Amino acid sequence: MVAATQQETQVPTARRWRGNAAVGALAATLLITGVLALSGAPFLLPALVGAIVIAVAALARPRAQRQMAAEMTLSQENVRAGIQAIVSGFADPVVVLDAQGNVTMFNAQAKAALPQLGIGRPLSFAVRSPEVVSAVERVLREGAVAETEFHEKVPVERSFEVRATPVRFDAAPAGATSSAIEIVMLFRDVTAARRLERMRVDFVANASHELRTPLASLYGFIETIEGPAKNDPAAQARFLAIMREQARRMSRLIDDLLSLSRIELKEHVHPTEDVRLDSVLSEVVDTLTPLALECRTKIVLEGANRVLVTGDRDELIRVFENLIENAVKYGQSGGRVDVALVDGERAASVTVRDYGPGIAPEHLPRLTERFYRVDVAESRQKGGTGLGLALVKHILNRHKARLLVRSELGAGASFEVVFPKPQGGESPGA
Amino acid sequence: MADHIVRAFDVDLEALSRGVAELGGLAESMTARAIEALVRQSPAMANEVIALDTKLDALQQELEEKAVLTIARRQPMAVDLRAVIAAIRVTHDLERIGDLAKNICKRVLAITGLVQAPKLVKGVEHLSQLVLTQLKDVLDAYVERNSEKALAVWEHDENIDALYTSLFRELLTYMMEDPRNIGVCAHLLFCAKNIERMGYHATNVAENVYYLVTGGKLLAERVKADMTSLEKPMSAK
Ligand SMILES: Nc1ncnc2c1ncn2[C@@H]1O[C@H](COP(=O)(O)OP(=O)(O)OP(=O)(O)O)[C@@H](O)[C@H]1O
Ligand SMILES: [Mg+2]
Repeated sequence: MVAATQQETQVPTARRWRGNAAVGALAATLLITGVLALSGAPFLLPALVGAIVIAVAALARPRAQRQMAAEMTLSQENVRAGIQAIVSGFADPVVVLDAQGNVTMFNAQAKAALPQLGIGRPLSFAVRSPEVVSAVERVLREGAVAETEFHEKVPVERSFEVRATPVRFDAAPAGATSSAIEIVMLFRDVTAARRLERMRVDFVANASHELRTPLASLYGFIETIEGPAKNDPAAQARFLAIMREQARRMSRLIDDLLSLSRIELKEHVHPTEDVRLDSVLSEVVDTLTPLALECRTKIVLEGANRVLVTGDRDELIRVFENLIENAVKYGQSGGRVDVALVDGERAASVTVRDYGPGIAPEHLPRLTERFYRVDVAESRQKGGTGLGLALVKHILNRHKARLLVRSELGAGASFEVVFPKPQGGESPGA
Repeated sequence: MADHIVRAFDVDLEALSRGVAELGGLAESMTARAIEALVRQSPAMANEVIALDTKLDALQQELEEKAVLTIARRQPMAVDLRAVIAAIRVTHDLERIGDLAKNICKRVLAITGLVQAPKLVKGVEHLSQLVLTQLKDVLDAYVERNSEKALAVWEHDENIDALYTSLFRELLTYMMEDPRNIGVCAHLLFCAKNIERMGYHATNVAENVYYLVTGGKLLAERVKADMTSLEKPMSAK
């Protein structure tokens, strides 16, 4: 696809310069670059651009002596068009800067990664990271390649490797003052790799910390069974039941931590499928009906018939499972849980409301932190790990959806998930 | 000829905006790394951030001088004058944010190795995430000259207050639960306060972006959700 586009831009040039062998070489170089770009050879581009520049210079110089100035400008435009074609054909973000650090070219990938990019505007309007700013300064000062890496923490964590290469694009005619330096900036998204490293560290830290307490209690029971309760089958049976429950909790904890890590790994990739929210909700309500019966609670599902959002079906199921399960578990004293689906012009939303004890205001902003529980004893007794809402938050982040929690002590709680619809401009969140 | 002067002035203004953006990037990076130093309990990282503060101060001074020179030389009016004034004010807030990041790092040096449970710093990390988002959004608003985005940052400050209040209570609870936590938690309380202050400076920047774009002021009395200063601390359960 991309290679083909480049070939097209190359055709008129080739026709004008038919018979000139160097043109063939240039076209071939452009094509090879395109192919390499597609095959993901990341940092070869600057070298190849360099080669092309030399080829172009060789082509243009003897001609320039023979031809009129206008022709000359035209061929330079062709060169720039060719370079633009390469830049846009590249699979990674590419930005080209002039000697002042202002942006002169970029591709769609770059715009997606750095939305503030604009032609003629400083690169630092789009990337403020001091690492990148000083890499550009270094290239301009020393005229040599500079490599660096930068990280963003919010709204989602991202990491890029950056390589800044000085080049001279335009083919200055012999005798003219040498052309100004420009910089080709290549960005490589290394978020996935960095996350994987982080995930290992976090997983080990969290798992070892959270498993320590239940493990210690397991040991305690084992010692009791071997010692004081050695000849007491009734006590043994009771302890074994508790131990089974502890073991079940530990394995759930590991499962939840793993799902959390998996979601975090792909948090920077937005889902693309169409999902029917109504069918997600009725499926979740069906699975939770036994639990609701056990808790003497009625789940009432109401709302629009067919609502489509962009998302990942399995993940959305997890979201509403967690929210409705919480409402049933913690709000069971209210005897009723309402699930309302509303489809609006600007957003679709689902509200899960219970009529239980509610949540005190000081806890509201904290609920989505890992392992945060309002009442540790109650949550543990109900088999909770405190990871449910953390998982919900990460999944919703990935979906660019928002979670709004409202509650008053004694008046139940409501958890609303809002999926903004992509039309029009962004509206600031409430 | 007149055209030439106008162009030179634009170049001055753009250099100023660029400087502010880069200063902002430095403040953002120092804040993110200060929190990372806290969460990972890394004195090496803390010392790096402390060293960066000198660079931030120098950059701020340089920008301020540049701004003053611009006023003296070009005598800008209306929106151009606002751009220069806003730049001066914004650099002051960014410089304060860098200072606060440095303070956090000094506390990291004091408590390294003493933080027993990860849960102690989790809330502080969460708070910092809100503030970093505010800071990113307001700097984006600055380079985009986007008053709506600035307004949104200004309004979102309440979330930070609510979280800070909650964190304050939580840390007090830990201190009462186990006296051995008191030292660490006291430092963490100050870290949280520093982060909350960064939020305040981010809203100052928001006010200046709003002023720069619209010429108007965001001055209506803000509703404060911060209840920690109204209550006797010990009444938090
Ligand atoms: N509807 C609700 N009413 C009252 N408290 C709630 C409600 N939903 C959540 N909570 C509180 O928020 C805490 C965190 O919920 P979360 O779903 O993250 O964890 P959990 O339910 O304890 O564990 P898990 O979901 O992993 O089983 C709960 O422990 C509970 O204290
Ligand atoms: Mg739960």
